[in-house]
Amino acid sequence: MSKFKYLIDGIVKNNPTFVLVLGMCPTLATTTSAINGMGMGLATTAVLICSNMVISLLAPVIPNKVRIPCYIVVIAAFVTVVQFVMQAFTPSLYETLGIFIPLIVVNCIVLGRAEAFANKHSVGESALDGIGIGIGFTLALTCIGLVRELLGNLSAFDNKFSSSDGMLVFVLAPGAFLVLGYLMVLFNRLKDRKKKA
Amino acid sequence: MAIKSSLRNMVVVLTLVCLGASAAVAVVYAVTKDPIAAAVADKTNKAIEEVVPSFDNNPSEETMMVVADLQNPAETNKVYVARKGGEIVGYAIESTTKKGFGGPFTIMVGFTPDGKVYNTSVLSHSETPGLGAKITDKGSHFITQWKDKNLTDGSVNLTVKKDGGDIDAITASTISSRAFCNAMEIAANVFNNISTEKH
Repeated sequence: MSKFKYLIDGIVKNNPTFVLVLGMCPTLATTTSAINGMGMGLATTAVLICSNMVISLLAPVIPNKVRIPCYIVVIAAFVTVVQFVMQAFTPSLYETLGIFIPLIVVNCIVLGRAEAFANKHSVGESALDGIGIGIGFTLALTCIGLVRELLGNLSAFDNKFSSSDGMLVFVLAPGAFLVLGYLMVLFNRLKDRKKKA
Repeated sequence: MAIKSSLRNMVVVLTLVCLGASAAVAVVYAVTKDPIAAAVADKTNKAIEEVVPSFDNNPSEETMMVVADLQNPAETNKVYVARKGGEIVGYAIESTTKKGFGGPFTIMVGFTPDGKVYNTSVLSHSETPGLGAKITDKGSHFITQWKDKNLTDGSVNLTVKKDGGDIDAITASTISSRAFCNAMEIAANVFNNISTEKH
């Protein structure tokens, strides 16, 4: 049960998007549709789980002063791996996400979890934390993407249910901020209410 | 738990981590190299199939590089030749415009040998979703209006109606539409240069 808590923490208490407010750059840029948001979330999750596990393994042998360069090298290697795999097997998603895949390297969530969690915990706990945070990030991006797609393009997961144009502002950059802001308020309100009850 | 840093252990650890990481990347690269090449070729072949009439050769094997602008011979466009029973049934021309709203975009334009457009397909773009990205809607009027237009004899004014031309722009996406026209113009010039090379 106590181990399980790490997983739930990543989704609710430490939700990277709505609570920690980390990794805003890909959050705002890639959530133009639910599919894109989900793709970005899953790519980040894969990197996060792998890097968390490897870093928690390596942490005992890494000298303190070079720990950040070591973490970045590990993370960059996994990002490149994910990039190759996506290019080979999901070329259309790879093209849509474009520059934001290599930019996972500098996503603060990944380095943040390495520094704040993985180097102090066991491999198993770090993997659970990676899965939890990854699910939290993916859910958040999918929600934002879905809302933006619904309002902006009148479609859900690329299935258009009306031929008329939506409110385009939600697909453009300002819509990302609007949707993120309102969802953040909603999420934190629900979370606080649950805590009081 | 953190190890006290010394020059020696820092150099050793960092070197080992880098070696391990590059080895992992090298392995994955070797494994995914062929699927990536296959995915790219597959995409090109699908686009060619879409833009020219049915053919029975392999256009990816019969390509030529043709200049669009004779004044600027450094920039060439790739042309795929489609044949059926040895006869040329169409040319698929890759054309890139730098005038897109979100950066350059590349389209594949298919011409029949008499210079008429058969079909077009967007290969890659970064136009705004919901606006300029409508250039990828295959059934839309913007795409279907090109069919059978002869772009090589000067009968079509290759600009949008707003600029006094003959092309209906996509609503609220004039810049993307203009860029698309620009790409079509490049493709038409390339087509003319194929003909001049031949005759």
